[in-house]
Amino acid sequence: MSLELRRVEKKVGQDTHIYRTDLSFQKNSINILLGSTLAGKTTLMQIMAGLDKPTNGEIWFDGKNVTGMAVQKRNVSMVYQQFINYPNFTVFDNIASPLKITGIGSDEIKKKVGEVAELLKLSGMLNKKPNELSGGQQQRTALARALVKDSGLILLDEPLANLDFKLREELREELPRLFENRECIVVYATTEPSDALLMGGNTATLMEGKVIQYGKTIDVYNKPSNLMSARVFSDPPMNVSVIKKTGDTFSLLNDSVKWKSLGIKIKDGNYKVGIRPHNITTYKEGNNSVEIKGKVLISELSGSESLIHFRNFDSDWVSLSNGTHQMDVGQEAKLYMNVDEFMYFDENNKLVNHV
Amino acid sequence: MNKTINQKAWLFVIPVFILVAFNAVVPLMTVVNYAFQETFGNNVFTWEGTRWFKQILRSERFHAALGRQFLFTGIILAIQIPLGIAIALTMPKKGIGVPVCLVLMSMPLLIPWNVVGAMWNIFALPEIGFLGHTLNDMGFDYNFTQQIGDAWFTTILMDVWHWTSLVVLLSYAGLRSIQPAYYQAAEIDGASRWAVFRHIELPKMKKVLTIAILLRFMDSFMIYTEPFVLTGGGPGNATAFLSIDLVKMALGQFDLGPAAAMSLIYFFIVLLVCWVFYNLMMRNEVQS
Repeated sequence: MSLELRRVEKKVGQDTHIYRTDLSFQKNSINILLGSTLAGKTTLMQIMAGLDKPTNGEIWFDGKNVTGMAVQKRNVSMVYQQFINYPNFTVFDNIASPLKITGIGSDEIKKKVGEVAELLKLSGMLNKKPNELSGGQQQRTALARALVKDSGLILLDEPLANLDFKLREELREELPRLFENRECIVVYATTEPSDALLMGGNTATLMEGKVIQYGKTIDVYNKPSNLMSARVFSDPPMNVSVIKKTGDTFSLLNDSVKWKSLGIKIKDGNYKVGIRPHNITTYKEGNNSVEIKGKVLISELSGSESLIHFRNFDSDWVSLSNGTHQMDVGQEAKLYMNVDEFMYFDENNKLVNHV
Repeated sequence: MNKTINQKAWLFVIPVFILVAFNAVVPLMTVVNYAFQETFGNNVFTWEGTRWFKQILRSERFHAALGRQFLFTGIILAIQIPLGIAIALTMPKKGIGVPVCLVLMSMPLLIPWNVVGAMWNIFALPEIGFLGHTLNDMGFDYNFTQQIGDAWFTTILMDVWHWTSLVVLLSYAGLRSIQPAYYQAAEIDGASRWAVFRHIELPKMKKVLTIAILLRFMDSFMIYTEPFVLTGGGPGNATAFLSIDLVKMALGQFDLGPAAAMSLIYFFIVLLVCWVFYNLMMRNEVQS
């Protein structure tokens, strides 16, 4: 079982929504589509589901070309950002709805619904209607509807986006477990890099209708093929600055920060450096750290992390430190950058070093 | 915290208070005043207690008018609500067709009520009206000024023409607010068109439909101008609905006491039906 997009393209009028895309998802895999709003995640999913047809290209599922096949015949499930359930059905009937059409017996339906409800902690509310449930429970019901029929392809379109923080955290931790031991391909669209890291599997980074990179999630995170992919896969946003290299010495263009990196074999010249916020901290981290000074613009404490925006001469930087570090706005701050985690990109925005 | 007490805020309430007093409370109290007394003019009143209420509630004339009224309202609701939903479902969802349809749909709603009555009166005249003449040419013995069935048929047709648009517009608004994801989810489930209507569209339209039914109930229950111009309540009393009968009693016969009592009963019937209906429809809705 596999899902393949071959040379898929989607145009609406003059606008290209999806540029030529080749993707192949393997059996029993979890695949993340990571990109900001309007990157084309939903369009791509609708094409995969068969809700929308590609302008060009083919969709192959299980060795068969399913490009023109109607969605009902494809054995797919989809969960949306909005909590989509039948409003006048009970939770039980909602979960059972995809099964009823298949014509299996009511005992069998009862058993399957019971199992899925158990898995999603809905057992106590099978007789309630969706509008009597919390947002989290409504989305659990929608997930249960997707899981109850043994679909070969489960599409999740930002399923956690409309939930408030606590419920999101709770459901997010359960998600990977839901797909264990299932014979299916899971595709999960999200704007949040942390979702991708938590779900594991493979990740495709998307930007403006293009798939930038596809690979194992951890590889895409650690070795983004280019600056776009690195930016998509960084939250808070990645710090990017132009630097110059002479010999082993690297420096910001204004010479305010200088560091040495021995292992990097690239020729002298100007590059862009990408630094994830968590590699700029209020404390030294790693064996090779360099100091950067700046004026604090914003200082946010959230839970056990501190987000500090600061200005070094004319450029703004974001840093993320563990623990709570109170800093006053306007204060001169001293922070440390972990040089070993820097990513260098050439003039074509391609990654030139491997971390 | 120290809050200063400033009673001047009450001054801001005065305009709305005066407005409501003059357009609702004062006229209503005048009617109440008439309903419990007898007057022969010269501003002389004698107390009659509940006599007029008893008289109206026992009067066969009132029963007949009330019966006609419920029948009429029932028929037009049974036609306009399903028809309105059906038209809304077939209306385009995007493109130039949307504004065109919306404007066309709004047309009948913009015509003054007595004009609607006059239009249909001429339209339905057996000798010269387009509708009346055509029906007679086709072999139907159609004359709405003389035959009870024809008078009802014409009145109902007129009301359907005049007011179905309102139901269409409300239903259309309700339909447009359903997120596309619902339809996609149903498509994935393989749900039939009927199932989509029954289990997605209809429940999602419930609130606007409740409003549509309430508005159509109230308006049709209080209908006056159009049948007054079209049939004048005739032939005989065949289309004399409650308000037409009420005006006959109050202005034609100058029975102010019974007419006032009838007004109040009329008012309470409308209020009661609306209240019961609304609570019935909303009993399962969670307040959000």
